[in-house]
Amino acid sequence: MKLQIDVGLCQGHGRCYDLAPSLFGDDEEGYGKVLGDGAVPPEKEDEARRAELNCPEGAISLIEGT
Amino acid sequence: MAVDNRFAQQHWEKRNGESPGIRSEIVTGPVANWATDFSHAEPEWAADPYSIQDDLRQRCPIAHTNRFGGGWLATRYEDVAAIAHDTEHFSSRSIIMGNFRPPRELAPAGGSPPITSDPPFHHDARTLLLPAFTKTAVGKQEPAARQLCHSLIDALDGRDVVDGAADYAHHIPVRVIADMLGFPAQDGPQFREFAKNTLEGINLPTQERVTRKSALFHYLLAQVHDHLENPRDDLTTFLINAELNGRKLDVSHVVGTMTLLLIAGIDTTWSAIGASLWHLAKYPRDRERLVAEPELLPTAMEEFLRAYAPVTMARLVKGDMRFGGVDMKAEDWVLLSFPAANRDPAHFDRAGEVVIDREVNRHAAFGLGIHRCLGSHLARMELQVALEVWLQRIPSFSLADPSAVSWSAGQVRGPRALPLRIGD
Repeated sequence: MKLQIDVGLCQGHGRCYDLAPSLFGDDEEGYGKVLGDGAVPPEKEDEARRAELNCPEGAISLIEGT
Repeated sequence: MAVDNRFAQQHWEKRNGESPGIRSEIVTGPVANWATDFSHAEPEWAADPYSIQDDLRQRCPIAHTNRFGGGWLATRYEDVAAIAHDTEHFSSRSIIMGNFRPPRELAPAGGSPPITSDPPFHHDARTLLLPAFTKTAVGKQEPAARQLCHSLIDALDGRDVVDGAADYAHHIPVRVIADMLGFPAQDGPQFREFAKNTLEGINLPTQERVTRKSALFHYLLAQVHDHLENPRDDLTTFLINAELNGRKLDVSHVVGTMTLLLIAGIDTTWSAIGASLWHLAKYPRDRERLVAEPELLPTAMEEFLRAYAPVTMARLVKGDMRFGGVDMKAEDWVLLSFPAANRDPAHFDRAGEVVIDREVNRHAAFGLGIHRCLGSHLARMELQVALEVWLQRIPSFSLADPSAVSWSAGQVRGPRALPLRIGD
């Protein structure tokens, strides 16, 4: 499973880095960014889904099977 | 070094007179039909906007009024989100629906960049401010905010009944923004007046509104001059020195942004803290659970933001258009009710209930799209600290007199009087 943020949609609400700080961080303007290469270890899949489901702009996608 | 004369008297004097723009007839009094004559400035709206919005969402999801020179009210999440994202057809030139439309020439900057700005200007004006309002940046204010909350509660010692709004919630955002802008802390009571005039004074006579706006402008200009003489590490000095495309900001941009930072953070955050305390006073089961499970607070807080979203925004229609089955005309207002969107059953399960452990909460309390509240990270920090400290220090409290609770009308909703009985 792999995480992606659509930078065209992200508005810096920050829900992803609030809810899943080990998977997301913020840049110097507060926009969300995926940490590392975006790969989600199995034990963090729930956290990743929670971030995805709480993004007000629907900017996060989870690509299964990667 | 050249003298900075942007703020000299002759450069802003023209602002002080009657500003150009269009004024509409002031219409007040009871609403005959919420679908065709709505007004967010009336006491019925303040008393209970949710039942009005729930009713409209079902029978007339884009309601109309001839008041305020004509406008619309969207109550479905889908419509609110679509309008918030559509900056091509909806302008932010004015975001407070009242009886005054600023001149079209004010776009794309508007009076208080970046909240009143449209693309492409908006992006640059907003990017300038974003670094000061990231979660990390506003985290620096947290220790002072926490200390303030404790000292406010210390001051309540010995009282059985306190006002959760006036004695507690109110002071927190006022002090935080005064520190960030570098304004004297003792000026706090004036800020509340400035915010109230801007947000709740929409149906006041024109001259009264102009006079009150002018008082705010002069206060801010005096702060600018103080900062020119004594530069320091705060947002006012930052704005004075800031540049866009190699040029320093003009006086209207500097003072307009100061107006935004001062006004936008006060009543909104105060309202969010107050509404959360009101809920916890009214529903002991939720209060007891949060006292027992403090780790649930961040989740509960998002639910309070959803259910009691303080802020409604406005837009101006750019040109005649068809939207959502209605014919909108150029210069019509559109009220973006984030509170109504947040209670749309098409978007939320159990939309009308407050579920403090709601796991999926894609609410729009801080808006959607390019105008996402610049201060959202600051507001969340203040709300969390305010509730944490209150619940630690005053775990048991209730509404002292439910009929004495009063809520503000207009585009920012929150309790303005909140008598709370402390203890069991």
